[in-house]
Amino acid sequence: MTNEELKSLISGVLPSATYEEGTEWLTLNMEPTEWPEVAKKLRSDEQLFFDYLFCLTCVDWKTHLTMVYHLSSTKHRQTIVVKSKLDRNKPEIETVSNIWRTAEFHEREVYEMFGVSFLNHPDLRLLILPDGWEGKNPLRKDFEDPVNMIKL
Amino acid sequence: MYRQTDIIEDNRDTAQGNFVINVGPQHPATHGVLHLVITLNGETIQKIEPHLGYIHRSIEKMCESLSYRQFIYVTSRMDYLSAHINNHACSLCVEKGLQVEIPPRAQVIRVLMDELTRIASHELWWGAMAMDLGAFTPFFHAFRERETINDIMEETCGARLTMNYMVPGGVMHDIHPNFQKRVKDFMQLYKKKINEYDELVTGNVIFQNRMKGVGVISAEDAVSYGCTGPVARGSGVSSDIRKIYPYEIYDKLEFDEVLETGGDSFARYMVRIREMQQSIRIVEQLIDNIPEGDFMTKTKAVLKLPKGEFYSRVETARGELGVYIVSEGATTPYRIKFRSPGFSNLSILDKMVRGGKIGDLIAAMGTLDLVIPDIDR
Repeated sequence: MTNEELKSLISGVLPSATYEEGTEWLTLNMEPTEWPEVAKKLRSDEQLFFDYLFCLTCVDWKTHLTMVYHLSSTKHRQTIVVKSKLDRNKPEIETVSNIWRTAEFHEREVYEMFGVSFLNHPDLRLLILPDGWEGKNPLRKDFEDPVNMIKL
Repeated sequence: MYRQTDIIEDNRDTAQGNFVINVGPQHPATHGVLHLVITLNGETIQKIEPHLGYIHRSIEKMCESLSYRQFIYVTSRMDYLSAHINNHACSLCVEKGLQVEIPPRAQVIRVLMDELTRIASHELWWGAMAMDLGAFTPFFHAFRERETINDIMEETCGARLTMNYMVPGGVMHDIHPNFQKRVKDFMQLYKKKINEYDELVTGNVIFQNRMKGVGVISAEDAVSYGCTGPVARGSGVSSDIRKIYPYEIYDKLEFDEVLETGGDSFARYMVRIREMQQSIRIVEQLIDNIPEGDFMTKTKAVLKLPKGEFYSRVETARGELGVYIVSEGATTPYRIKFRSPGFSNLSILDKMVRGGKIGDLIAAMGTLDLVIPDIDR
């Protein structure tokens, strides 16, 4: 399925979606508050059927954070990217671990590395960082560790 | 803040008779520094919590300050048994950004190296897996053959484990003059040996009893938990990136995607055994047909990716590896994310062994084929 076909299909289900131009895969932007509704529709709609969340990550843009979800369908073999801008000072978004179970681990990783809190996550605590780690989120751009980080 | 003692405290209050056992971080069966906190009731597993980070090197953060030529070398240290394939994924992603085509000779060499790596990786898994079940002999059989592949790699790439051979634009240098002959010799020997594996382990009744019906994963769970590679294919989920989203010359090659429907440890075992045979098929198709020509396209000394986002997906020995590069048009990536297969495959561990016996945990975990540096990155 080409991106254009997919776009018209998604527009039918999600009329308010906005798209990015010039990307390899169809990329749609949405507000963090819309995400749980959008996720449910993307997963359950028979023609879309995005059942496989293969990448979940976050990018620190210094002014804001962007959550990036890569989804594909094992049935129809199409792929989309969903992005959502978060407030850098108070990043919050609804969890999708109830829809795609793989998100549980990936969200925990994003939680500790970027400080994004996932609302209603079943088990949101540190996964990789050691016990007692507080505050600083290593993958944010302003993170500094004078002891262990060597500036190149 | 969460502390390990908290679970023990919790258990005292809520679940009488349960106790907590720690496997790892230093434990031979985890094949690396993986720490599992297992809640048991008698011998029955109630819950498994993996604790990661013992070998976390923050490769993603490091890559942000390395150039597009440099960062590829760091990725050999992620899934060190698929070093070639990691390098391949990164090279593909950079090439996608630069929009360069690589010469046919380089494509064939890359695929050959990938498939030899896959054989070597499955070899090591097979030996280690049998060792997890208490048999030490298969380990020597596996390493005998794997050693030959390492020797071949050493001759061409100069390294046995972290090869750093694939670079944006092709491969770093041409194959060694002995390469074709040695691979052909190896293939001839190996085809006999692989039957020996079946006689030694696959048909063994003790082995089968330990594997069948243990650690069952349903197809829905496999997709939902993001499992890929032999773990997903053992549950009948078609997930081979080489077939679904072919890269390089995989669409012109004849090989089958191996699928089993059992979903148990034995199904995953059979997928890997049969995958080795498919890799032999691919190597045999290519080894006499390496096209003449350049092994690398000319690229600029300093690579600059245009502003944008690039994603490449390849099939490593463990499943789907994704490389996601966000570029701001500079000489270094703005952000890199490695979607490693091991991380997602580990997440299903709790689900697949819960309610089972602790003795089966190791057998089930062995068939997930976890490489810890790949999970921790």
